[in-house]
Amino acid sequence: MSDHEAFRAEVREWLEANCPPEMRQPVKDEDDVYWGGRHATFKNDAQKAWFEACRDKGYTVAEWPEAYGGAGLTPAEGKILRQEMSRIGARPPLSSFGIWMLGPALLKFGTEGQKQKFLNEIARGEIRWCQGYSEPGSGSDLVSMQTFGEDKGDHWIVNGQKIWTSYADEADWIFCLVRTDKENKYQGITFMLFDMASEGVSTKPIKLISGNSPFCETFMDDVKVPKSYGEDIPGYVGEINRGWDVAKYLLGHEREMISGAGGGDRTAAIGAAMKRMSGELDAVLRAELAMFDVDALAYSAMGEKFLDEMKAGKGHPAQPNMMKYVGTELNKTRHELMMAAGGSRALEWESEETRGGKPARNWLRTKANSIEGGTSEVMLNVISKRILDLPGA
Amino acid sequence: MPLYHDDDQAMLAETASQFMAEEGAIAKQLRHWRDRDCKDGFGHGLWKQFAEMGFTGMLVSEDDGGLGMGSYEAGIVLEEIGRNLTPSPFLASSVLAATALKHADNNARERWLPGLVSGDHVYTVAIDEGAKHRPETIKTRAEKSGNGFKLTGQKDFVLHGASSDMLVVAARTSGSDDDADGITLFAVPKDASNVSHDAVRLVDSSMATHTKFDGVELDGDAVIGEVDGGREILNAMLTAGRIGAAAEGVGVASGAMDMTVDYLKQRKQFGKLIGEFQALQHRAAHLYSEVEIARAVTMKAAQLLDGGSEKADLMASVAKAKVAKAAGLAVKEGVQMHGGIGMTDEYDIGLYMKRDRALQEFLGDMYYHAGRVADMSGY
Repeated sequence: MSDHEAFRAEVREWLEANCPPEMRQPVKDEDDVYWGGRHATFKNDAQKAWFEACRDKGYTVAEWPEAYGGAGLTPAEGKILRQEMSRIGARPPLSSFGIWMLGPALLKFGTEGQKQKFLNEIARGEIRWCQGYSEPGSGSDLVSMQTFGEDKGDHWIVNGQKIWTSYADEADWIFCLVRTDKENKYQGITFMLFDMASEGVSTKPIKLISGNSPFCETFMDDVKVPKSYGEDIPGYVGEINRGWDVAKYLLGHEREMISGAGGGDRTAAIGAAMKRMSGELDAVLRAELAMFDVDALAYSAMGEKFLDEMKAGKGHPAQPNMMKYVGTELNKTRHELMMAAGGSRALEWESEETRGGKPARNWLRTKANSIEGGTSEVMLNVISKRILDLPGA
Repeated sequence: MPLYHDDDQAMLAETASQFMAEEGAIAKQLRHWRDRDCKDGFGHGLWKQFAEMGFTGMLVSEDDGGLGMGSYEAGIVLEEIGRNLTPSPFLASSVLAATALKHADNNARERWLPGLVSGDHVYTVAIDEGAKHRPETIKTRAEKSGNGFKLTGQKDFVLHGASSDMLVVAARTSGSDDDADGITLFAVPKDASNVSHDAVRLVDSSMATHTKFDGVELDGDAVIGEVDGGREILNAMLTAGRIGAAAEGVGVASGAMDMTVDYLKQRKQFGKLIGEFQALQHRAAHLYSEVEIARAVTMKAAQLLDGGSEKADLMASVAKAKVAKAAGLAVKEGVQMHGGIGMTDEYDIGLYMKRDRALQEFLGDMYYHAGRVADMSGY
């Protein structure tokens, strides 16, 4: 038996022993997802047991080094773990922007002290992070952002406003882009880390067309951000005034995450589920579903190739933009088709049968997919310039 | 297994890419033979060179004198064939017929494989009946006759049928037209009597035949596999052939796209390179995405087939349909973005459009395969 086969057998056995049956059901409601953090509560014992088993095994962030709370798996082992989890339908034990975004940034740009502190907190689900990027006047043109940190020696005084901060009202800490040099557009931004409980920070949820409020406006009014949280733990990532490098790197990760690369194999095709839901399908809708399933299944192969290449350091560095573009557009189409197949039932906004209007609310939610984390139009700009090398306008 | 080339495959890709760009180039092959009204539609000299490169017998086992490679490796060669629009019997002979012959007995393998591997022979397959690919229905019949069979029926879209030394023919030996069972595959040699070819040139300058079998006498040795047991072999051929056609289509799409993107960087209008216009940039970027995905799913389908996965059949249809969409887009955008010169015979972009059209149709178009995806998924 090869090492990989042995590892697969080991993983299977471990999952069998540790993943409760309830955690092998598809995620249906928001509280089925465990986000961790100071104020986190578990929905039920199964969720708690599954999270704790993974945390203790390092499987909340399996490919991070053991010293930072991971299991130190190689990319090949990580893929096997994902495959095995997907095979039994295991839910992610812990979801967080710390895992998806800040973690990768710290692994690349962080100091040893930052990694020890922040990565372990993330891996153990102790601190829930949110992201402060966009501003009311700086959406696609993110680098024009103006939230300003005035240098006061050992700290900054930060003033400004962020928008589209996901779950800011439930987050413990924020990683936040702050302008620290007004003269220098790209090299005048610092990637700061601070506690959302700091004096002067306030949040206000934004009600979306789906009726839900996953995003907030975040206001910073004379917020004191220390330059250091202890020995070798700077209050910023990378260098002062060079936060744009970190931000750009992170946007790549965000795009991968939004693109849903690597996951989604179980839900890639929807035709069969739509038939089960609505009985006979109109001939043209069936045809549209078939064409969609072709796109979706092909995209899941692309997701696999993309991840394999990325882990091996192959593939174009701007490829996440392509994944994000296609993945989000595909998801919008998916929900359009689900609404069509769902008929008038899918229009219900509050009924029990729709669990509070899930189909309609989810459909509306997906419209943001191709806006958040870089619009489809920005993605196409990046592809044409960085991959196709088309001349600048 | 990761979804990218390992070292050997990367080397094969480099070799095939160089070889095809030099020897299989459009001017040297496609235009050359087309302008001479070649009745084969390809060059036998190049086919011999394919043999020297080891391409002809890639899928033939090492015991039978081939390289014993898989669908993934064949796809690497086919992508380069597609990129250069290289006319050759590779897909019909080295993928489809070779897949059928894997299931043949020793005698048949000894009779047919050496000629394929050496590049002395060209084979093809006769599957379609009618203008659309509907292999579920097979009306061509082979009746028992003495120790052998008598074959009667008509096949269409037989690639270079009149130039082939042997045709693998799917015929019905029992049951009714639409039955899954009762199919037998026959290796029909070119000198068999009562076979007539109506050869036609297709839009992409390739040659195909409407082939009539009018009581063709075949002895028992002509059977590939088991009598009435041919459906499984036929399905294996179709899966390998569809993935192969998809790989060639990825090459066609890439070739057309690269040509078009290059053109966007050269052509000036309104005092600017037209590649500076966002309206074109976004379309080019969208096209890039589609072609990348088409390549990924084709590689995935080949990997599944080589690994013996039961999902290979589904993914072959996904790949064939996705490539059809992507390559169709590539050639349409290619001609449009080239503007007026895209309509001229002098420019190659139109040749990509013509090749794509023929390739889309071969072994089922995107509508057929999307329908198949729905059927196999249970809706």
